[in-house]
Amino acid sequence: MARTIETVAEDLRTPSPAAILRKRIFGHYGLVFGIAVLAIIVALALFAPLLTPHDPYAQDLMARMKPPFWMAGSDPNHLLGTDYLGRDYLARLLYGARISLAIGLFAALISGLIGTAMGVAAGYFGGRVDLVVTFLINVRLAMPVVLVALAVVAILGGSLQVVVCVLGLLLWDRFAVVMRSSVLQVRDLEYVNAARAIGCSTRRIILREIMPNVVNNLIVVATLEMAHAILLEAALSFLGLGVQPPTPSWGLMISEGKQMMLFEPWLIAIPGVALFVLVLAINLLGDGLRDVTAPENRG
Amino acid sequence: MSEPVLKVDNLTIDIPMAQGTLHAVRGIDFELKRGETLCIVGESGSGKSLTSLAIMGLLSKKMRCNAARLDFSGIDLRKQSPRAMRALRGDRMAMIFQEPMTSLNPAYTIGDQLMEALQLHRPVGRAEARARAIELLGKVGITAAESRLSQYPHQLSGGLRQRVMIAMALMCEPELIIADEPTTALDVTIQAQILRLLADLQREMNMAMILVTHDLGVVARIADKVVVMYAGEVVEKGSAREIFENPRHPYTRGLLRCIPVPGKTKPGEHLGSIPGIVPSLIGKVEGCAFRSRCDVAEAACASDVPVRRTGEDHMYRCIHEVQAGAPS
Repeated sequence: MARTIETVAEDLRTPSPAAILRKRIFGHYGLVFGIAVLAIIVALALFAPLLTPHDPYAQDLMARMKPPFWMAGSDPNHLLGTDYLGRDYLARLLYGARISLAIGLFAALISGLIGTAMGVAAGYFGGRVDLVVTFLINVRLAMPVVLVALAVVAILGGSLQVVVCVLGLLLWDRFAVVMRSSVLQVRDLEYVNAARAIGCSTRRIILREIMPNVVNNLIVVATLEMAHAILLEAALSFLGLGVQPPTPSWGLMISEGKQMMLFEPWLIAIPGVALFVLVLAINLLGDGLRDVTAPENRG
Repeated sequence: MSEPVLKVDNLTIDIPMAQGTLHAVRGIDFELKRGETLCIVGESGSGKSLTSLAIMGLLSKKMRCNAARLDFSGIDLRKQSPRAMRALRGDRMAMIFQEPMTSLNPAYTIGDQLMEALQLHRPVGRAEARARAIELLGKVGITAAESRLSQYPHQLSGGLRQRVMIAMALMCEPELIIADEPTTALDVTIQAQILRLLADLQREMNMAMILVTHDLGVVARIADKVVVMYAGEVVEKGSAREIFENPRHPYTRGLLRCIPVPGKTKPGEHLGSIPGIVPSLIGKVEGCAFRSRCDVAEAACASDVPVRRTGEDHMYRCIHEVQAGAPS
């Protein structure tokens, strides 16, 4: 076929998909920034014991309320000062990052599993399955997350595991909605039919043909829900019904600092800024991933 | 000659709708031997695509499909479990779809998709599947097959994608291949290439082929047998030669008048057209469905229409015994 020879030569010159993807990621500054900040926070959380000699639980009543390094009277031993029980604030911040990240990750994982399963089933099978799932989504959307979480945590008692489970069981709605509509779009495309025509089973069609084409939406929702879960945990802890003291949680640190807000504003400013930066980084990552994987940007 | 590969007898497909049951396909029958090409011709909504999907067992669950007989190489397709149907599809019967632009999964390379088609049905390793994929890409006229394997569908043109689809359908050397309007989405020069390719491969691999189309020019070129469908019914059926030289049903004649004939049709001359639209098939359909658009319709057309035969294979459904006058 003479016709195809030139097109072959032309096609072979185009860069590989991996190269295109790499270019798109590094061309997106928001995404690069989000990844960088998130990577730093994850590293800080993972290597916390190496970065600070202090135990986040160790109290030192002789050295209470030391201010951070930029203020007069700071102790070079405690870079970010100490709280009202004399615990090192930097250590608590670093170990607190572990709690926030773990809650974000596991809550997003649990809700992602539930929501994706429901959304994909509704989108693919339609009919009665869809009716049931849509009903469940509406029921879930009618429940105020914070109130339900407060009530459940109040009954079961606050602990890391309970908070993760409660958030995981409450935040699946967006996964289900997004997956349902994504699968609906892909379900009737001809390649799904073609897969059926070469003898693929339903399971194989869902996992191999449909999922790879909707997984970009899944990742984006997962990052947003992670940020959502982290903020909710902070809110629950602030209200005293989340992670319980003395566990170092950023929400708890803000809550403990609020009594001294007028005299020692840095007590809530430091964990507040940390929370803000973490959530911003995750949101930038999610937004960037959406931009990079959006079909209109595909080369 | 040999036993037919496919025998369809009195196939009906009903679709329950809010306004009543839609009788989309009403009593189709035909048979097909190895090496033969059957063209199903008809306008949009005449049930040709549904018929081919029914043979593949790919109708949606809402549609009800019945047949007195639906045999494929001696296997009764009506009685096969979903699992058994899956084993047949892609292995012994394959299908080529209309839209090459969306028929390939954008998430995988051409090679992955071709190899999957073989590995689903045959216990072969990757290297062997890869070799087969390269061989078939060569067969469907794709140059530099090896480098194509690592490309994604969006890097190929429509014509190339349709070639890949054909290669994918042929991976397991099926006995029956169903092509559902394989060239409608392609431009005219590519259409001719793809059709020639299909016809050549069919002869070479001695497959039975069903070609669903509304393009009579295509039919004239490659069909052995022709089934003309109108409103879910076979209105005329016969060898390609009979249909083109001796069409009996007014609808077939109308269709034939719509195509320009080189040398015969003069510049500026009007081509034929069939006025009106296909009647609704919801509820009970009585008499000849074509009567509202037929120039030779009579009152008797509203009652049962006899099936008439001329010659061995040629049948048509019309109250008129023999129509006077040859097609223009």
